[in-house]
Amino acid sequence: MSALCDVEAPPCDPLARARALHWLLAGGLALAAMASLQVGAVDVSLSAMLAKLVQGEALSQMERVVLLDIRLPRLAMGVLVGAALAVSGAAMQGLFRNPLADPGIVGVGAGAGLGAILAIVLGAFLPVWVIDLTGNQLTPFAAFLGGWGSTILLYRVSTRHGRTSVATMLLAGIALGALAGALSGILVYIADDQQLRDLTFWGLGSLAGASWAKVLSAGPLIVLSVGAALMLGRGLNGLALGEATAAHIGIDVQRMKSIAILAVAGATGAAVAVSGGIGFIGIVVPHLLRLASGPDHRALLLNSALLGATLLILADVIARVVIAPAELPIGIVTAVLGAPVFLWILLKRRGLVEL
Amino acid sequence: MSLIAENIRVSYGPREALRGVDLTAAPGEVTAIVGPNGSGKSTLLGAITASLPFRGRVRLNGRDIAAMKPWDLAAKRAVLPQASRLAFPFKVIEVVRLGLQSGTAGDRPEVPMQALARVGLAHYANRTFQELSGGEAQRVMLARVLCQVWAPVEDGQPRWLLLDEPVSSLDIAHQLQVMAIARDFARAGGGVIAVMHDLNLTALFSDRVAVLAEGQCLAFGTPPEVLTDETLSRAYGCALRVSAPPPAGVPYILPHAATA
Repeated sequence: MSALCDVEAPPCDPLARARALHWLLAGGLALAAMASLQVGAVDVSLSAMLAKLVQGEALSQMERVVLLDIRLPRLAMGVLVGAALAVSGAAMQGLFRNPLADPGIVGVGAGAGLGAILAIVLGAFLPVWVIDLTGNQLTPFAAFLGGWGSTILLYRVSTRHGRTSVATMLLAGIALGALAGALSGILVYIADDQQLRDLTFWGLGSLAGASWAKVLSAGPLIVLSVGAALMLGRGLNGLALGEATAAHIGIDVQRMKSIAILAVAGATGAAVAVSGGIGFIGIVVPHLLRLASGPDHRALLLNSALLGATLLILADVIARVVIAPAELPIGIVTAVLGAPVFLWILLKRRGLVEL
Repeated sequence: MSLIAENIRVSYGPREALRGVDLTAAPGEVTAIVGPNGSGKSTLLGAITASLPFRGRVRLNGRDIAAMKPWDLAAKRAVLPQASRLAFPFKVIEVVRLGLQSGTAGDRPEVPMQALARVGLAHYANRTFQELSGGEAQRVMLARVLCQVWAPVEDGQPRWLLLDEPVSSLDIAHQLQVMAIARDFARAGGGVIAVMHDLNLTALFSDRVAVLAEGQCLAFGTPPEVLTDETLSRAYGCALRVSAPPPAGVPYILPHAATA
């Protein structure tokens, strides 16, 4: 759309355009989902299996295992994690009024990382009943607790007299991140070789460990948190004018900030817990969408969920096939593809208008 | 059905910015708040708009604003801030529509374009807000604010425009345009409170003037009552002389005396 329309042009309606994009992105997600079910180390034909199911034939044992126990939960987890990360990024950028914000800023990343490292390095010293209690999912469980705990801590530090200072939260987040990094460093120092390997892989992120158990444990919280974040569109639009003006146009700013922070902590905490540290989805996806269809959060949040899910499962497909039968950590794929795209955006936008 | 501020006190740390100020603004009138830098003008408007913690009481159309919800307040009064920075590259028309979604004209999609036309920027609708000059941005924000209280009177109750230095970055033609918009809003039954720096525009367009100095109200009344040599010289701490040439009868202020 040209920035300089002629005098006679009717007022543009970017929201309608952005809402039309919902359907396009949903179609893209469906195609990516089919690719994700089709592609992998074992060659199974999705169309052949669908034909069998339609004709009432039973699937072979291997087809059942590959489709229902491996690829379908992996697809579901990819959709959940991608949507969670992208929506969290869009919500944080709106909340901090800063296009460079991402969920890491509210301490989820640092806290979750520390939790995971604690579990990997010191988990062996815990009594067996604690490990049983987490259903043998100690690392994700600890990551979630760490992410959630650090967010609550940051939120409390930056809230005085019922008002949350976004600037204080940013600064306290940096301090907390440094502290968590230092503690993690100590743990890395005492870790043995196998633990170091586990740490590295966890830090790069992967959907390889996907199972229905993980989908069911992280899914409800992600769905709830993303659902809550999708309601924030109007409020985040107002907040673009600043907190005082947002209040003047009738937005309960404090309540909105609380919902945004809790939703991001919930969505990102759960996503990081089951998939490790996957970067760039939260920052690249909202940017691409703002370039394509404007910054109106009423459409941006849902579009972010759709595009985030699509890109993550495509990245997962790439991670599965490039060095098959082995797999790359998905964080490597998102960073290798995401970083150049991000730089390209910065170059393209530089000097034009403020991001 | 007025806007009444009673005994407003605001402290920034140990410093008292407002030391018990009363202000009554009536619908149908433009009420100006003037005073030197740091006298508490914007702080008083901040208290009236509930943007900062204060002691005292503000009643809007008979109701204590402390007991009103943000959306309830937003339907009764709109606030124009001194300066606006916008975080993302919204189009001008989108910014103006932000006023629509909180006001009570929400079901009238034609209002944002009418508001933009009112501030003379209808042809800017599809521009990106960040491309605008300071004065244009201020007028777009005024259009947004007008959207929010498009009808000056609704359900028999006046609605309010609260303007913090509405003409600070405008050229003289647009200063007159914006003040005329405020006056017309008041003539149609709405209420206007404006923090002003320009004493001549204040004299031209306001019905009541409150003069603030050092956190207190020095004088309150019609422009001829308040804009006097003595009051202004006391408030601003320099010798000012008010003159009223016979034909117009409207006071105007000469800064020449201060340098004499």
